[in-house]
Amino acid sequence: MVEPVMGRGSRITAEQVLALLHLVKDPEVPVLSVVELGVVRNVAVEDNGVTVTLTPTYSGCPAMQAIERGITEALQAAGVERVTFKTVYAPAWTTDWITEPAREKLRAYGIAPPAGLAAGPVALGPTERRVACPRCGSSNTVTISEFGATACKSLHHCQSCREPFEHFKAF
Amino acid sequence: MSAPLVEYLLRLGDDRLVLGHRLSEWCGHGPILEEDIALTNIALDLIGHASMLFKLAGQLEGEGRDEDALAYWRDEHQFRNLQLCELPNGDFGFTILRQFLFDAWSVQQLEALSRSSHSDLAAIATKALKESRYHLRHSGSWVERLGDGTEESHSRMQAALDELWPWTGELDYQDQVDRALQADAIAPDLAALRAPWEALTRDTLTRATLTIPAVPPRMTGGRFGRHTEHLGHLLAELQIVARSHPGAKW
Repeated sequence: MVEPVMGRGSRITAEQVLALLHLVKDPEVPVLSVVELGVVRNVAVEDNGVTVTLTPTYSGCPAMQAIERGITEALQAAGVERVTFKTVYAPAWTTDWITEPAREKLRAYGIAPPAGLAAGPVALGPTERRVACPRCGSSNTVTISEFGATACKSLHHCQSCREPFEHFKAF
Repeated sequence: MSAPLVEYLLRLGDDRLVLGHRLSEWCGHGPILEEDIALTNIALDLIGHASMLFKLAGQLEGEGRDEDALAYWRDEHQFRNLQLCELPNGDFGFTILRQFLFDAWSVQQLEALSRSSHSDLAAIATKALKESRYHLRHSGSWVERLGDGTEESHSRMQAALDELWPWTGELDYQDQVDRALQADAIAPDLAALRAPWEALTRDTLTRATLTIPAVPPRMTGGRFGRHTEHLGHLLAELQIVARSHPGAKW
């Protein structure tokens, strides 16, 4: 339970809002907060509420609605009366915004973090890229499918420890 | 300028809504689990692109229609999608080859639109382009694998290509809508995209050992609301819940 951070008549600060958003997890990858995921682009505190600017990860990701709900609940529980959202598409979301500590959390959770930087367009030919296994660290892995259970992940198999695993695609 | 732009956004959005719906029909029917998941992932992306485009169209139109109103409350003759997108799925080979032909075109068009003078359209195009390149890599690799696969897969892919090729004539159809936007550098000259699309397509089809049929791609009328008999059936399924329970929330 989040303690109300706003006393009567006082105004929440942008830093306090960000601290609260660090507690809101991605519903599909619950080890990453919405801030670590990179979808929170701005926070603006106004007289009667807070406006959060979000950018979608993938265009059709249904988790974005759940993320808005999660943010609204967290801020209202802290005493913010009105939470509004703005959506921006530029700059387009990229996994390059996921920090090194957040990548380590993904690995510890069993999801291989984005392999390298996404910089540049997706190559059109077949890729030789091998994603390191998050369990045993081996690079002796094969891609099973470019599409996983959610838009942000692909499926792989480790030839060394024989375990299947998911990869948070570099995008 | 907003009337031609609204029309243009509907053309782009309808392609993606209708094709996304077709792909969603594979949910639970994919040839293998991974492919079932891939096709529905791509469906979600395309419907997401349609949603962004419709939202912008509704804002520019200024008549209070949001993305849902544009998806669920227009009738067949008001849809502006390519007829290619509304054709029934056929077998997996037909679906993935149609996807490849569309993806290759979509990537060309979105690349050009990412440089649009209209900043909102450029932002949507840039976002959609990243995902569409990923789709193209997927559909292209399947076309190659199945075309250059077994005798059975090759013959099915060749039959799909013979059936689909004539429908590609509509890809670069343009009229006064495009010309009005080209004057302001909002939209590209589609005629200039045909050659790079064909080069990309031929390259993959050649590696897939498939032969482009010697029939001229024929003109169709999707861009001005003339459709095959299939679109009405598709829309009936797509729209029935929204129309049976207007304003329902869940």
